[in-house]
Amino acid sequence: MIVSCINLYAVFDWEKPWFQKEAGIVPQTIIVLGVIGADVHAVGNKILDVAFSQHGFKVVNLGVMVSQEEFINAAVESNASVIMVSSLYGHGEMDCRGLREKCREAGIGDILLYVGGNLVVGKRTFAEVEKIFQEMGFDRVYPPGVLPDVAIVDLERDLGL
Amino acid sequence: MKALLIDIGSTFTKVTLVNLDPPFLIGTSQALTTAATDLMEGLEKALEAFSPEQLNGVKVKRACSSAAGGLRIVAIGLVSDLTVKAAREAALGAGARVLAAYSYTLTDQEIQEIKGLKPDLLLLAGGTDGGERKTILENAAIIAEAGLEVPVVYAGNKVVASEAVEILKNKVPRVVVSRNVMPEVNILNPQPARQAIRQLYLEEITKAKGLDRIQEQVGLAMPTPMAVMRGGELLQSSWKKEVVVVDVGGATTDVHSFCDGKPRTSGVIFRGLEEPFAKRTVEGDLGMRVSIFSLLQSLGEESLAANLPFVPEEGEITAYAMRVHNERGALPRNEREMYLERALAMSCIREALLRHAGSLNETYTPGGRIWLQKGKDLTKVDLMVGTGGVLVRAQKPSDILGGALKDRDPLALTPVNPELYLDEHYILSAIGLLAEVDSGAAEMLLKEALAPTGRDED
Ligand code: B12
Repeated sequence: MIVSCINLYAVFDWEKPWFQKEAGIVPQTIIVLGVIGADVHAVGNKILDVAFSQHGFKVVNLGVMVSQEEFINAAVESNASVIMVSSLYGHGEMDCRGLREKCREAGIGDILLYVGGNLVVGKRTFAEVEKIFQEMGFDRVYPPGVLPDVAIVDLERDLGL
Repeated sequence: MKALLIDIGSTFTKVTLVNLDPPFLIGTSQALTTAATDLMEGLEKALEAFSPEQLNGVKVKRACSSAAGGLRIVAIGLVSDLTVKAAREAALGAGARVLAAYSYTLTDQEIQEIKGLKPDLLLLAGGTDGGERKTILENAAIIAEAGLEVPVVYAGNKVVASEAVEILKNKVPRVVVSRNVMPEVNILNPQPARQAIRQLYLEEITKAKGLDRIQEQVGLAMPTPMAVMRGGELLQSSWKKEVVVVDVGGATTDVHSFCDGKPRTSGVIFRGLEEPFAKRTVEGDLGMRVSIFSLLQSLGEESLAANLPFVPEEGEITAYAMRVHNERGALPRNEREMYLERALAMSCIREALLRHAGSLNETYTPGGRIWLQKGKDLTKVDLMVGTGGVLVRAQKPSDILGGALKDRDPLALTPVNPELYLDEHYILSAIGLLAEVDSGAAEMLLKEALAPTGRDED
């Protein structure tokens, strides 16, 4: 009975401060997720969506072929804590350049930026690639095939949850 | 049993008298609107066309109005491609004219602009449900401070709705809370805000506009564009067809589409905020009378001349425009003027359709070419209905409707070869009004109202 009551509130009023205090919950963490540029690789994106949602995060999934502006607009409207960018097709470096600067322009300069997928092209090591993306302003950079759980742990740490 | 359906426009007051059991059209009539004195006078004049016997047994009276400037809204949101756009869509779908739309925190200058625009209503959006909340609260406070005597519909982040109401309460005449126009990123939910706008229109705005006597005596139900929209919705649902309605007026050209408008071909990807199933756009610069000069300016006289079977004389188009702009109720007087009128109407429809419909954008990816779609794909729409004085009066309305669809821009997703219909008696808005009272009768009347004018085959 108590459980169903809580569920009811969870649907309607979970964000009311008094209820959060009462029930000991905090507002849901919001993640904006998408595959950047002209990239159509859709499978990893779906897997990340399911994994993050099941963990209890709220996922705003923009799907494939997402522009920088769409990531930022979605993050502004949804008050997201992090933008998670995927790039699978080898053009990640080009597509991601300037994202941090545009976030600053849009008033969300402090938002967390994570990026993953197949970022390594050619002969470069992952360490080199990681450095390039970190210099672009990404807080976390992931090697190919990384599991969603890794990002979940990182996110909770970065947000101090 | 009979129904009397009234449309009070800024120029004409039109009445439609219908029998309900069985449903058929008894007749229509119109008289010049008497805005200066009492709106009821124009109505009474229009009713003189009917005999007392004809008017006997009228049980239902409903009116819509576009007089006194129609319903004028300022939309406010957060990001211009998202909640600002969602708020605009909701306002347009409620039959309003969107005077201006603002994003992010309102500036002093924007507040001054809003004061100058004198809107009937503010639609305040911003933030998804559970999302951004700071800006909409700031905007509520700015509106409260500004001393705007304008009612507000709150249709933003639900989490701070009551906080926003606290801020606005007693500072504006009324605040009504509706559901969020964009509850999730890219998800549009215009219907509740439309209901709220309509409620305020009936309870507050009609009074402010001096329409309350009409309201008392004949039951003002909604703004006219909303009635046209209801008519189109009924047509879509009862005929189970995808529909576009073009309404060419003196001041504006409205386009309504009733279809999901999603991509119809493979290799096309839709991006951005979803489109409303029932979508309305209003083009304030495309009109046959009040807006004729802005129409000529938007299109250029050359493009107009391309649709004329003769070469217009120097100054001929301008002289015609001057006359119909200045004389209330002016009509073409000779064959040349009829051709001018036809070419003007074609231009209105063509341009309004281009602006209403979506478009394709070519993009190259490493895997090949892909098309990005913005807006609605109307290429597969089954029927296009024309309404508005100029079409109803035209000798060959099919020429105008069909002509407007010719020479398509291949990247524009405007209708391709739909079946063309004319709202012959100019009663689509009346049918929309009736739909809420007796949808069965309204459905029957649709069949009588819409005359097929064929397809444009060549
Ligand atoms: C299926 C596939 C396609 C399909 C995609 C179908 C679809 N709609 O999804 C099609 C045929 C369309 C395709 C096309 C192309 N592909 Co392809 N494709 C693949 C393939 C075989 C599988 C991708 C997949 O679904 N993996 C399974 C998912 C679950 O894994 P994932 O995407 O990597 O995602 C996981 C992780 O990376 C991680 N992750 C991803 N993003 C992020 C982000 C964050 C923040 C975090 C924490 C984690 C994370 O989490 C995900 C879940 O665990 C891969 C090779 C491979 N085995 O990976 C090549 C591959 C990705 N494709 C490649 C290429 C080159 C192309 C093309 C350019 C080929 C061409 N010239 O035509 C085009 C590009 C088209 C385009 N515009 O995007 C290359 C990319 C090379 C590179 N980056 O250096 C690959 C690696 C093949 C290869 N070895 O050459 N491809």
